[in-house]
Amino acid sequence: MVETPRRKRTFRRPSVIPGFGLSFGYTLTCLGLVVLLPLAGLVAKASGLGLSGIWYVATDPRVASALKLSFGVSAVAALTASVFGFLVAWVLTRYRFPGRKIVDAAVDLPFALPTAVAGIALAALYAPDGLLGAPLARLGIQAAYTPVGIFIAMVFIGLPFAVRTVQPLIAEIDKEIEEASATLGATRLGTLTRVVLPPLIPAVLTGFALAFARGVGEYGSIIFIAGNLPYVSEIAPLLIVIKLSEFDYGGAAAIATIMLGISFLTLLAINLIQAWSRRRFGYV
Amino acid sequence: MRTAAPTDRPSTAIRVENVSKTFDTAAVLHDLSIDVRAGELLGLLGPSGSGKTTLLRIIAGLDAPDRGRILFGDDDATGLAVQERAVGFVFQHYALFKHMSVADNIAYGLNARRRAERPAKPEIKRRVGDLLDLIRLSGFGDRFPSQLSGGQRQRVALARALAVEPRVLLLDEPFGALDAQVRKDLRRWLREIHDRTGQTTIFVTHDQDEALELSDRVAVLDRGRLEQVGTPDEVQEHPASATVMKFLGDHVEVEALAEGGRVLVRGRETPVAAPAGIIGPVKLYVRPWQLQLAEFEAAHLSGTVRSSYRSQGRQRIEVVDTEGRVLAVEDFDGIRHPAGHPVGLRINGGHVFG
Amino acid sequence: MSEIFSPTVAPATRAEPVASEGAGTRLVLIGIAITFLALFLVLPLLAVFTQALSKGLDAFLAAFREPDAWSAIRLTLTVAAIAVPFNVVFGLAASWAIAKFEFPGKSLLITLIDLPFSVSPVVSGLIYVLLFGSQGLFGTWLMDHGFQVLFALPGIVLATVFVTFPFVARELIPLMQEQGSAEEEAALTLGASGLHAFRTVTLPNIRWGLLYSVLLCNARAMGEFGAVSVVSGHIRGLTNTIPLHVEILYNEYNFVAAFAVASLLAVLALITLVLKSFLEWRFAGDLAHGRAH
Repeated sequence: MVETPRRKRTFRRPSVIPGFGLSFGYTLTCLGLVVLLPLAGLVAKASGLGLSGIWYVATDPRVASALKLSFGVSAVAALTASVFGFLVAWVLTRYRFPGRKIVDAAVDLPFALPTAVAGIALAALYAPDGLLGAPLARLGIQAAYTPVGIFIAMVFIGLPFAVRTVQPLIAEIDKEIEEASATLGATRLGTLTRVVLPPLIPAVLTGFALAFARGVGEYGSIIFIAGNLPYVSEIAPLLIVIKLSEFDYGGAAAIATIMLGISFLTLLAINLIQAWSRRRFGYV
Repeated sequence: MRTAAPTDRPSTAIRVENVSKTFDTAAVLHDLSIDVRAGELLGLLGPSGSGKTTLLRIIAGLDAPDRGRILFGDDDATGLAVQERAVGFVFQHYALFKHMSVADNIAYGLNARRRAERPAKPEIKRRVGDLLDLIRLSGFGDRFPSQLSGGQRQRVALARALAVEPRVLLLDEPFGALDAQVRKDLRRWLREIHDRTGQTTIFVTHDQDEALELSDRVAVLDRGRLEQVGTPDEVQEHPASATVMKFLGDHVEVEALAEGGRVLVRGRETPVAAPAGIIGPVKLYVRPWQLQLAEFEAAHLSGTVRSSYRSQGRQRIEVVDTEGRVLAVEDFDGIRHPAGHPVGLRINGGHVFG
Repeated sequence: MSEIFSPTVAPATRAEPVASEGAGTRLVLIGIAITFLALFLVLPLLAVFTQALSKGLDAFLAAFREPDAWSAIRLTLTVAAIAVPFNVVFGLAASWAIAKFEFPGKSLLITLIDLPFSVSPVVSGLIYVLLFGSQGLFGTWLMDHGFQVLFALPGIVLATVFVTFPFVARELIPLMQEQGSAEEEAALTLGASGLHAFRTVTLPNIRWGLLYSVLLCNARAMGEFGAVSVVSGHIRGLTNTIPLHVEILYNEYNFVAAFAVASLLAVLALITLVLKSFLEWRFAGDLAHGRAH
């Protein structure tokens, strides 16, 4: 009776399919060189400043107002995008009307359109003499070169996130649930608010978080319509660019770290929402 | 397709020697050994989790054993890569190449060979045509898997495996995903193909009817161990263990006593002989056809009739015995037994395991 | 007798399906949704073309007679021609490793691959400045050896690769996971080598997902602005991609030219959208789940 030696526990489950070493090694190498190394460089630079250094930069009045502006307007814009995005997703999924497929494809426009192109287009539209800027000016609202313009641009880029995160869930709603609610005596509005909407909340929140994170970091779509006046309409990413041009690498790194920190927290929040949703509803 | 002459190959085509396999922390195969004879149709039968698919994959080279060897004839094949083993594997869900036509699927193994070993194009075409005839799908060569029914896909999967003239054909629950009538037809067809080609074949199933109907020999596996291997008759009539008994057909467990070489139930002797050296309380396993309605004076068990119906020429009577168990009895006497009627049951045979 | 059992009954009025809003409500909601989309999405797109042609066709074409415009186009194409294939190879390698094998830390790996998506474009450029800028980690080493990364092609390529890094992988990974390994195993049992199986079985199965992700990757690579802006140095005729060239024209108040060049990218965006929708409609089964709508 011959006994072959017991196999050791290996990193991966042994399988007959070849190529693991090569593909995994190449993946890690690229990931390390392209993504992790540069990001580590940023973390290194920022930790060189120390928490106190970062705090010092963050509390600089100009930086503080830029951060407040970026986060504040982005939150409001993401909220708007979430609300209207939900509506759009609902209409696209549940109703039939001519041109529905085209409208559906159009939702991805902000994904596909380069940010600079969107930026100058929005600036042209909402400039005081622009197609939409003029009527707004008559109403006393100046859109371009103010935080209002920033808001509009952020809604533009946040919309696809708000729509696409919630759309598949709306598509999967079981009509029988709604019918059951109706047979039990609920009005249409009651059914919507108490039966249909609650399971969609996690997806709406996820869409909000994604739109928010994207808005905070966005550059090209915003700087043309923003006005870029320090303390008034200057977004945080622009401030990073300015600091770089002044060779203030440390300041730029500090602001970037703060923004990355917020992105990370947002990602964490999304994951927590999804984990909670899985526990509560059994799906994401 | 040639039929194998008996002197062509060694009589043992494949030997599995003391194979053990553990997945994560669960032991799936325990020191399992079995010989597969050349030209036989061997059924690996067992409940889910018995390790039969794992064993099949180890023979194919799709998984590696933690301990033990696989021999093809006299050669140790344990270290051979799957491509070098020349096994034909038919997957449970066919694994047809969905973007290739039926003909390309069947020809795949031949086309994948190195140039030196690859047959010429006309030769490949001819072989594909022959195989399509064999599986009775002539003319389907240009169709795609998505255009075929489940049964047709399974046949194509078989043809694809046969095209490379494998030393052994391995089928993993080949008919599991098909509905009952298709399954029956394909079973019969597989047996015909086997008889025609003489191909050594191992197939995995959890369906005992399938195993018993198709196999030259049946290997019963349970929880990673080989319980018994033998002809369908052998495993049914002379089960080697309680597990085999329980897995192959209805049965009843009766508390009994082994005494003086005989087995007694409720003090009355049964025709069952106790295995050598066994004395004391034992479990007696009885098949439905080994129970007979009898007068109370000659009965081993008693109970009341619960229901009775005719099925395929036989009277099938359900009796609730004094322990509350429902026993199924088959009777030919044609007498209708009304529900609630008290009856006695006589045990005419059974098995006791050591 | 039959009269009792078949009285004439007036046909029932078509009731609204229970699980839907009334027709009037629906119309209003559709109207609001479409108006919103038209306002926020369609108008900006139209604005690009109307502005580009606002001074007539001649002025539009004049923008393309500028040599700087053509160097921008050439540079953009070059960068895309390097960045997209690189990310395709990476995507194939990553999805092969992740989809066909079991190992610990998979979700961490996938999260790391997705990182560039959650990084602001400006930060994506910043990290390379921190590495290769004159005050960066490798700055002095580069200067001593005469290599130029920033304000030159390598820097632009790096930044573009970074922002488009996850595109191909995040399409192929779920796609290959859905497809499983059974077909590859079957190919191996039939005698195919690993490479042969990859070529003849895996690639054909993922070809539409691959095309789809290449489409998106390319659109982003050509249109990237923030990251490239930080690393490029904006040297006219040398290190300006099309989006940067648009910015320069716009800042010089050369609006027609800016929009004219921008319209190139807008057309690219439209083509991308059309092809993307076509693939989602026609090959929904061959794309990662959740694409079709």
